[in-house]
Amino acid sequence: MIKPVYSKGKLAAKTGNEVMAEAMRQIEPDVVAAYPITPATEIVQIFSQFVADGIVKSEYVAVESEHSAMSATIAASAAGARAMTGTSSQGLSLMWEMLYIAAGLRLPIVMAEVNRAISAPINIHGDQSDTMGARDSGWIQIYSENSQEAYDNLIQAVKIAEKAKLPALVTTDGFIISHCMEVVETYPDEDVKNFIGEYEPKRYLLDLKKPYTLGSIDLQDYYFEHRFQVAQAMRDSKKIVLEVAKDFEKTFGRRYDFYEKYKLDDAEIAIVAIGSTAGTTKVVVDSLRKNGIKAGLLKIRLFRPFPVEEIAKDLAHVKAIGIMDKADACSGAFAPLYSDVAASLYAAGATVPKLANYVYGLGGREISISHISGIFEDLVKIKDGNKTPPISPEYVNVRIKKTM
Amino acid sequence: MANLKELSKNPEHLTGGHRLCAGCGAGIMARQAMIAVGNTPVVVTSATGCLEVSTTVFPYTAWKNSFFHSAFENSAATCSGIEAAYKSLKKQGKIKDDIRFIAFGGDGGTYDIGLQSLSGAMERGHRMLYICYNNEAYMNTGIQRSGATPRGATTTTAPDGKAKHGKEQSRKDLTAIIAAHNIPYVAQSYIGNWNDFITKVQKALAVDGPTFINVFTPCRLGWNYNPEETMNLARLAIETCIWSSYEIENGVYKINVKPKEKKPVTEFLKLQGRFKHLFKPENAGVIEEIQKEVDRNWEFLNKRAAENNQA
Repeated sequence: MIKPVYSKGKLAAKTGNEVMAEAMRQIEPDVVAAYPITPATEIVQIFSQFVADGIVKSEYVAVESEHSAMSATIAASAAGARAMTGTSSQGLSLMWEMLYIAAGLRLPIVMAEVNRAISAPINIHGDQSDTMGARDSGWIQIYSENSQEAYDNLIQAVKIAEKAKLPALVTTDGFIISHCMEVVETYPDEDVKNFIGEYEPKRYLLDLKKPYTLGSIDLQDYYFEHRFQVAQAMRDSKKIVLEVAKDFEKTFGRRYDFYEKYKLDDAEIAIVAIGSTAGTTKVVVDSLRKNGIKAGLLKIRLFRPFPVEEIAKDLAHVKAIGIMDKADACSGAFAPLYSDVAASLYAAGATVPKLANYVYGLGGREISISHISGIFEDLVKIKDGNKTPPISPEYVNVRIKKTM
Repeated sequence: MANLKELSKNPEHLTGGHRLCAGCGAGIMARQAMIAVGNTPVVVTSATGCLEVSTTVFPYTAWKNSFFHSAFENSAATCSGIEAAYKSLKKQGKIKDDIRFIAFGGDGGTYDIGLQSLSGAMERGHRMLYICYNNEAYMNTGIQRSGATPRGATTTTAPDGKAKHGKEQSRKDLTAIIAAHNIPYVAQSYIGNWNDFITKVQKALAVDGPTFINVFTPCRLGWNYNPEETMNLARLAIETCIWSSYEIENGVYKINVKPKEKKPVTEFLKLQGRFKHLFKPENAGVIEEIQKEVDRNWEFLNKRAAENNQA
């Protein structure tokens, strides 16, 4: 249960989708272009009602596909508007080409995303394959454990994106958070508007005094520099994420960081997880701690940019780490979160941690306290030298026997 | 009707120095369209294609107005996003001026990969003019067949060979597809008649809603003819009725240019390398079929226009 922290805050029961739509109403972007998709549909549906009722100044472009949604959002942003969209899964996949273009053109678009499995087979439930697949597109990625975080993250994302001149997406876990009713603390419209401030683009297409060409062809002589700048902007945005979090805490009282450490500082075994699973993991950590087992959790909030040095520092002492991926990479190697955590630790010269990768929850497959307890039991064995860390992901709660 | 003396005072929004081919129809098309715009502030979007890559090689640009490109299949969706931004900012008093919006796309970006995006934008009713510069194949990637390539033409993906002799299918009637969206203004034009095209651009820009012009634009490289023949070929297309200049204003058809004497299609075909193989004796049947199809389409169009006059 969320405890109110802001003097002018208001508690209300809302689903993840409702609270994201509420944040969008308060952000009141100039343009929203979107196409419905389960489980994110409600976000733009609720927002359309705000437009129909005339309570937001936003133009809503009801496009005919997600490709056009992202194209129109990109164009609106380039034209000088604060622009937002929302999508999930196949919708994000159809946007693929345009995701890279949004980042390459340095447009501060914000997306409310709901994590859902990728076809085939078609499945509408929550895993993180969609956004994990977009991890190299140049979008800042912020994941939320619950509705409160989704609300707070979406508000912060506007400021982060505009300062970093990069697009940003904020996600919730499909159905688990998007459709789950929770008590959330919302803040007054005026305070949210003051926090994000007016959008003042330096250069935009509708500026008749300074017309310009955007989207030129770059050849061997410029392309590499421009792509370097995108990657550098992503690295630099780490600082911005922290600054905005600090501002946010000062204004509304809730503290945010790159990630949340839960009983991690003295932990001997730990799980690294993203999203709602972190909540379940906390329950397991608490019960293990009661039994004298030094278990901990690192919950990723910011996945892009990846907080390389910080994570390496905070995990360097942990003897066995289970990295939980709600997405598979089909790479023949490891899943995305594992790869980044392992690379971070190796680059920092960490020699203590032994790592294991656990792929779970694909297509909304249940992940319960008992599954997470099982992972911790595994980690105890690895820590004590009774099990060699596997060289490929372990699959949690799946009815297939590994052949290797 | 546009007045040449007045037009000569209009600013050139598309400057020289771009890298389009000598004799390129697309450059002529874009220049005419932008002269038609006059002093009205305009923002232009373009699909990926010859016009876009050749006029915006970073760090140079041939465009004096704001120009935006993001991808191939989305010029219409892109233009609609800019128009939405304009409407929003204008409503809020952040923009004072009246600004118009033009989206360009080749036949690849319009007939084929961008058709969905175009259809959506037209249906949504954005105030924008979409101009398809139709050179009847994917020229930027090296002359591949498109939905606009006419029957019999060779392209690099519908070549002349032992078993097949160029494109076997007729082109689709995109103008009719867009007309079926019941938008206020739809037209076909050609670059061989500045007055026809410029008048249509001006007419379209004056409409408060979505408008569309399909402009016949010869490509000297893809059609394989001498660069100085560009305008001549555009006119021959009209004189043979291979292409026609007409407009549909609020549902009413009007043929704008009627040839005094309808020439045989061979007059148009024989100047171009892409039809050279059709003149072999064994392909005589294809030319006959092309002639029949042209006659049928021309008759149909005349009937449509006549019906409108009677109504």
